[in-house]
Amino acid sequence: MAGAVSQPVITYKLRKRRHPVLEFIAAQPLGAISGVAILIMLFGGLFSELVAPYDPFDIDFGAMLAAPSAEHLMGTDAFGRDIFSRIIYGARTALTIGFFSSLLGCTTGAIVGVASAYFGGRADMIIQRFIDVILSFPIIVLALVVVAMLGRNQIAGVDVNLIFAIAIPVMPKVARVVRAAALTIRDMPYIDAARAAGFSHTRIIFRHMVPNVAAPFLIMFTAYVAQAILLEASLSFLGLGVTEPTPAWGLMLSGNASDFYREAPWMILFPGVAISVAVFAFNLFGDSLRDWLDPKFKV
Amino acid sequence: MSTNRRDFMKAAAFTAAGLGLLDAMPARAQGAPKRGGTLTFAISAETPHYDAHGSDTFATLHFGAPFYSTLLQFDLANYPKVKGDLATSWDVAPDLMKYTFKITPNAMFHDGSPLTSADIKATYERMRNPPTGVVSTRKATFEDIDTIETPDAHTVVFNMKAGNPAMLEHFASPWNWIYKASLLAAEPNGPKTKIMGSGAFVFGEHVKGSHVTGTRFDKYYKSGQPYLDGFRGVFMTQPAAMLNALQGGQVQAEFRGVSPAERDRLVQVMGDKIRIEESSWTLNLMVVFNTEKKPFNDPRVRRALHMAIDRRAGAAGLARTAVLRDAGGLIRPGSPFAMKDEDLAKMPGFGRDIKAARAEAKRLLKEAGVPNLTFTLHNRNLAQPYTPAGIFLVDQWRQIGVNVEHRQFETSPYLAGMSSGNFDVAIDFSNLFMDEPSLALAKYVSFNRAPENRSRAIDAELDRLYAAQSHERDFKKRFDLIRAFEKRAFDQAYQVPLLWWYRIVPTLKTVMGWQMSPSHNLGQDLAGVWLNT
Repeated sequence: MAGAVSQPVITYKLRKRRHPVLEFIAAQPLGAISGVAILIMLFGGLFSELVAPYDPFDIDFGAMLAAPSAEHLMGTDAFGRDIFSRIIYGARTALTIGFFSSLLGCTTGAIVGVASAYFGGRADMIIQRFIDVILSFPIIVLALVVVAMLGRNQIAGVDVNLIFAIAIPVMPKVARVVRAAALTIRDMPYIDAARAAGFSHTRIIFRHMVPNVAAPFLIMFTAYVAQAILLEASLSFLGLGVTEPTPAWGLMLSGNASDFYREAPWMILFPGVAISVAVFAFNLFGDSLRDWLDPKFKV
Repeated sequence: MSTNRRDFMKAAAFTAAGLGLLDAMPARAQGAPKRGGTLTFAISAETPHYDAHGSDTFATLHFGAPFYSTLLQFDLANYPKVKGDLATSWDVAPDLMKYTFKITPNAMFHDGSPLTSADIKATYERMRNPPTGVVSTRKATFEDIDTIETPDAHTVVFNMKAGNPAMLEHFASPWNWIYKASLLAAEPNGPKTKIMGSGAFVFGEHVKGSHVTGTRFDKYYKSGQPYLDGFRGVFMTQPAAMLNALQGGQVQAEFRGVSPAERDRLVQVMGDKIRIEESSWTLNLMVVFNTEKKPFNDPRVRRALHMAIDRRAGAAGLARTAVLRDAGGLIRPGSPFAMKDEDLAKMPGFGRDIKAARAEAKRLLKEAGVPNLTFTLHNRNLAQPYTPAGIFLVDQWRQIGVNVEHRQFETSPYLAGMSSGNFDVAIDFSNLFMDEPSLALAKYVSFNRAPENRSRAIDAELDRLYAAQSHERDFKKRFDLIRAFEKRAFDQAYQVPLLWWYRIVPTLKTVMGWQMSPSHNLGQDLAGVWLNT
């Protein structure tokens, strides 16, 4: 009789799971670099008082239009104000308005998108046609109309109406994307089970559907922070955003800067670079986050 | 020493020459005027309404002056002399108690009806004694008029309560548009929304946020005028857009004024295609405290904020970037009745030791119980010079621990906010057309007599001093009365001057017949303007 056949031993070696942050850095190095840039901006915005060498409001007529030097790293503007300090404080304005506008626009958009997908039928049709109407306006035009209608309303130094003006054009774009994601979830067995169990619509939407669209939400949120920063800068440049002497990147490009850009190009160069870097960083980070979170992009 | 009309005019002309105003107005090689063409010019603010009697912004004049006539007007070639507009001749009683004007029989309104002395009487009655619901910012100026008579259709007589050496110049004010008596009787506030004048141009259209147009009035009473077929005033609140439009030839002029940096850019880019004319300016920015609101009803708070402003440093610094130039009192620096600089330096808010002034300001705020005062600064959204002035003030007040939120508004809500008292502290303006104390000080008279006093203060002492100086014909005594008025005004600080302006006007060299002056209120009827194309 033949001897017993030895069974092959199969060993499974589980790969040691790295910290998600390290995984992200390894998988998305460009995203990691943009993340660092965002962190630097966040740090500058949060601790402006510690980082900025000068008070951004301080006028020094003796140093008007001074070129970049050891004393003023990025030069001074037409009032002798330190541009480096104003850019650091400007990060606070940009990030505050960018973050809250994007959060408001994306959250509202996500809720509207999920609700539209969940209810379907007539409700979905009405919501989508409404979104079509809003989407037919270019984002800057819509923001201009809203800010012109609402005027200004500052609370704790932040123009709340400006946040609304930027959030409103963001909302329908997010709603459209989230609806598409929610449509695939709507017909899942666990949603049917929730319905069969008699859960309320609110509970089904917020407990079972919204968490499942968190990934596209996060991706859009970061991408729209960049859009919001750009919109805030555009509106400020057009005189409809924040007002002088508040340090804001878009505002630094308008006003006296257009008079002195030949004599003092640093007045437009550095705020322009700040806007570009911020927008680029948030866009790149959003793209990297999407590539990292979405399984389809891992194939 | 007594002052009569002749002395007054001499003093004014001397001042004009002394300030370089006349030198600043180069005579143009005019040639024979050509007819035809449309003048397109930029207006950097849009008028809140159409009624010049209740307005003090240039936006109303640049918009509407071409549609209207006045009794007299300033002769800009010989400023500050006056000449007739509707008036063909006039007679002034030696005691200045009676003014008789003969008006042209050829004048008619744009609806074809003749303009008579009754229209002039109705217009001046409306300004000096406005009906309920009508705002007249000329009320204090014309309060010396006792009665107005119209012996015939082309004669109007003003009988005065008291002699006023500057009254003839007041009759030449560009704000005194003549309205049609029958329309005023039917609707006293009609001029706010409807235009019916007798000027060189007939109203075409007003597209809000865009433009105003006018076409030549063929039955205009001045022979051969106007030369233009029409005009188009384009509202351009963004200086960059205005400069680009000038460079591209889309607009041919901006008659209010541009900043030194904008001037340099235009000259650099346009070379000999652009004409630049400069002059000092009968216009100053003011800081106004709403005395009906706490804590600005406390003179210590107002004085503290007034004293914290380093006007001398501001004048030197802002002159490079803004149309602001001189630190001065209530009367334009250098004019006959202006305070001398050494006297000004003794006044609160104008001293040379800013550290001491700010220490005193902090003490006053502490004493008033508001050491960490916070308020909103109400400002206009015009880049020149309101934005730089706002930035400057915020910085000045931060240096005494005051936190200011700077809010800027379009012209209409800006003026409405100030007029309704819906503000804490505002940047206002004193828009004059000549160096006459009665005109300059009128804004500081009590609110119930002068609605243009946006501080809403009532001060009987200022009213008394105002009346006394306006009737005083002895130069020295009047000078002293004006000093007393200024001292009281600075001590109480209901509203205080910030800085005086400097005017730089760019026009394309094809624009002819327009004349520069120290006031952007003057010479905007466009009757004599023509295009050399």
